[in-house]
Amino acid sequence: MAKTQKVSFKLNGKSVEAVVEPRELLIHTLREKLLHTGPHIGCETSHCGACTVDVDGMSVKSCTVLTVQCEGADMLTIEGLDQGGVLHALQQAFHEEHGLQCGYCTPGMITRAYRLLKENPNPTEQEIRYGIAGNLCRCTGYQNIVKAVQSAAKKLASAPAVPA
Amino acid sequence: MIPAEFDYHAPRSVADAIKMLATLGPDAKLLAGGHSLLPMMKLRFAQPSHLIDLGKIPTLRGITQVGNEIHIGAMTTEHDLLHSKLLADKVPLLVEGAGWIADPQIRYKGTIGGDISHGDAGNDHPALMLALDASFVLTGPKGERVVKANGYFLGMYSTLLAPGEILTQIRVPVPAAGSGWSYQKLKRKTGDFATAATAVQLQMKGANVAKVAIALTNVGSTALKAKAAEDYLTGKAINSASIAEAARLAMSICDPAADQRGDVAYKTAMCGEMTQRALLAAHARAKA
Repeated sequence: MAKTQKVSFKLNGKSVEAVVEPRELLIHTLREKLLHTGPHIGCETSHCGACTVDVDGMSVKSCTVLTVQCEGADMLTIEGLDQGGVLHALQQAFHEEHGLQCGYCTPGMITRAYRLLKENPNPTEQEIRYGIAGNLCRCTGYQNIVKAVQSAAKKLASAPAVPA
Repeated sequence: MIPAEFDYHAPRSVADAIKMLATLGPDAKLLAGGHSLLPMMKLRFAQPSHLIDLGKIPTLRGITQVGNEIHIGAMTTEHDLLHSKLLADKVPLLVEGAGWIADPQIRYKGTIGGDISHGDAGNDHPALMLALDASFVLTGPKGERVVKANGYFLGMYSTLLAPGEILTQIRVPVPAAGSGWSYQKLKRKTGDFATAATAVQLQMKGANVAKVAIALTNVGSTALKAKAAEDYLTGKAINSASIAEAARLAMSICDPAADQRGDVAYKTAMCGEMTQRALLAAHARAKA
């Protein structure tokens, strides 16, 4: 076995570390070592976006990132979005607008939408569709996902005190 | 899918990275954004013993103007290109091109230098670089050399980059004020490579073409510079007849591989269509 190494990073505000082989993919460290099973394994080929997590202010597909690349990173997964049991505006909006059916794509979709709204708090429908083009949903046809992102954007804009 | 075993190295400077390349030998690969290399490693199309991650070298990232050139660090991401005000102002063709690459997540990781060095004819930057007459800074144990994009791409996965060298910077001459530009890309879905795509950079003088660059993506073993089409258009007016002839000349150098995106005739025809659209769009943006 190749040499393992210790990697430390921040996960949803907490310092964590994992001992990994260099070839270990971030999605496996998150799910199997750190027991964060919110990010899902879909295609494993960087197409579907189910494994999307937020690393240092970037939405990334954690099936195509090595854990060793993440030394010192600041990471956010779907598990870190709610605040003391209160759903994030995006989570609430996906619920209210029926932005999911089977739910498999949802953690990745919401984590991606989170970064999209950080960068562009008032996106047009077209900007939302372009901005979530790296996340596949095979159930909804995207219509209600777009509505949910629009609804969350509105809510966040009118209540800046809500943690975002 | 997990890659085969390898050792990971994260140098903090270009000099250290070059030393590592020399020490670790031909079985070491450079890791840029990783969105071509890691998928290939998962599939065992690539099985390097060592990965040298360029992601921890801050000097390799950034976009600056130096005289009449834009200098872009090789590790600058597609996301950075897409949101660069300097590029939007000075080299909008590059911003438009970056927006057609992959998807948002991949654009946060994928780099201009990785896209160029990979030598994949399906990648978009090679044609953009040809259309912009860019140069590349290659840094090796003996120092730097600067080579033109035109002539850099030798074949599938093959470029002028020598073993032991790293592509460190991309230099793009700022196009003349009032130039028009367009990158037209036909793809089946988000994230797909081009079925065919054409980059055009166009400078008009009155009603006639003063200077035009036309480059083609994924219709040969490398990106192709459509020189005959450029020569034909220079000095001529842009109209449906001249655009059709330029597209015909561009199609005459196409030699695409048939695959799930289409057969040779279809891809060649789509290259012609993308060339016509790119010329029209660039013309509409150009100020004489």
